[in-house]
Amino acid sequence: MDGVLRPGFDVTRIRQDFPILSAPTPRGKPLVFLDSGASAQKPRQVIAAMTRCMETAYANVHRGAYNLSEVATESFEAARGAVAKFLNVADSREIVFTRNSTEAINMVAHGHGRGVMRAGQAVVVSEMEHHANLVPWQMLRDAGRGIELRVCRVTDAGELDLAHLEDLLADGRVGLVAVTQMSNVLGTVVPAERVVALAHAKGALVLFDGSQAAVHRRQDLTALGCDFYVFTGHKLYGPTGIGVLWGRLALLEAMPPLYGGGDMISEVTLERSLWAPVPAKHEAGTPAIIEAVGLHAAIDYVNAIGFDAIEAHERELTEHAMAKLSAVEGLSILGAAQDRGGVFAFSLDNAHAHDLSTLLDRAGIAVRAGRHCAEPLHTRFGLDGTCRASFGIYTTIEEVDFLADALGHARKFFA
Amino acid sequence: MFDDLRDLYQEVILDHGRKPRNFRRLENATHHARGDNPLCGDRMELFLAMEEDGKIADAAFQGRGCAISMASASLMTETVRGKTPAQARALGNAFRGLAMTGTCPDCGAELADDMERLSPLSGVHEFPSRVKCATLAWHTLNNALDDNQEDARSE
Repeated sequence: MDGVLRPGFDVTRIRQDFPILSAPTPRGKPLVFLDSGASAQKPRQVIAAMTRCMETAYANVHRGAYNLSEVATESFEAARGAVAKFLNVADSREIVFTRNSTEAINMVAHGHGRGVMRAGQAVVVSEMEHHANLVPWQMLRDAGRGIELRVCRVTDAGELDLAHLEDLLADGRVGLVAVTQMSNVLGTVVPAERVVALAHAKGALVLFDGSQAAVHRRQDLTALGCDFYVFTGHKLYGPTGIGVLWGRLALLEAMPPLYGGGDMISEVTLERSLWAPVPAKHEAGTPAIIEAVGLHAAIDYVNAIGFDAIEAHERELTEHAMAKLSAVEGLSILGAAQDRGGVFAFSLDNAHAHDLSTLLDRAGIAVRAGRHCAEPLHTRFGLDGTCRASFGIYTTIEEVDFLADALGHARKFFA
Repeated sequence: MFDDLRDLYQEVILDHGRKPRNFRRLENATHHARGDNPLCGDRMELFLAMEEDGKIADAAFQGRGCAISMASASLMTETVRGKTPAQARALGNAFRGLAMTGTCPDCGAELADDMERLSPLSGVHEFPSRVKCATLAWHTLNNALDDNQEDARSE
């Protein structure tokens, strides 16, 4: 194995950046980590940046008039700037730091859904949403504010049914289309530009859950033209505890804040308070300072590799996996979208997903088993659960081969 | 490749997992309960028919789940027949201990034969995330005996 897929993308060198990939394992077998879609591993550049922040540049932000607090504030705001650049948006005030994608979606469901949307309006989600982009909208529907929830179907191939989306938009009452940009189960990459065009034509705003997509594809929100976008740091090789809500400035300004507290106010009396300008209004309390620094380092890390190389590597892995896994007897892969990324949910005809994941674990392969926080999607395809392999920048062709080989052995084991 | 997993997936388990015994509805059931582990997707419905002397005359189940959960339910329906509710509960307690630790030091002579039959499941104690698969049926049994119509859970 030379590990070199192409000039500029040296997967062997990339793997050396991730200490956990060479850490000792319980049975001495190399870790084959195929659960990056749930949470990715961390490169030492991210670990070092966070350690450095704590060891040399840490204090609370936006408060102290002393040097250390100013230094910490600078690094925190630099992270915001890096996120804005990462998403290609011009105004970093439109970047709100959250705990994760889930919190970001809840902030929109609360702030925009309850504070701005009117009775009689509807929200559209799809059948392939992660629970994070379904439950907050169910809560909004059930809040007694007359907001309807509509669900766009997914085709048998696992693609967003755009004809159905058009039907759902037809009456002009949809205020917001909130859909995933890439399914965490099917690997389907949604035609985002088309969704924006259809929604905007009917006066609806668009929120994309970019939790998976932001890791695998370059994002340019200025070109895409959506209205809200969320993603999370820990899937992007960054730390847990930090996510991002991007929204158009006017939308973020119109949204009432979800949380009240310090840092989000401009004036407080015992009777009332005035909100601080965006984004501070939406960032009550001490933020995840160290994690923001870690996210900045993660963005620098993937930018240094470059999305051209990341996308090409993933395309090669995905095509290879499709061919290899399709050849495993008795294995079915969920979804067959034309445009798909490195996420494969599958089931064996003679083994339950949990039995299968226990076997694969014994071979050192970490896959997820269950419904992957997308129970309605499994119901739609008539499945109790599946195993899921999801790839990261450190995933190799050899690991995919090893998975396919292990699945063949597993089928014999349960025969 | 997986030979060392034969301790967990013994032939008895694979056999009962593939062809669960007493896998049917009991039309004359006097007790009934459901078990559901929503995170992993194991679910089952348990039926008991009690005799007038208070013993379990028949036990059967239906459901879907992994080999461990199906085999455990299958073996349970075989072992609880002829037992009083108190005996069945005591066996369930002993089994949960076996599933969690791999041994049952306090199991007396009266439980020895049944524990021997259930012992192929003792391998789960080395797989903390799978213990719940083996114990779901026994939690469901307790709910059936208590006439508790809430779904039993073990996760």
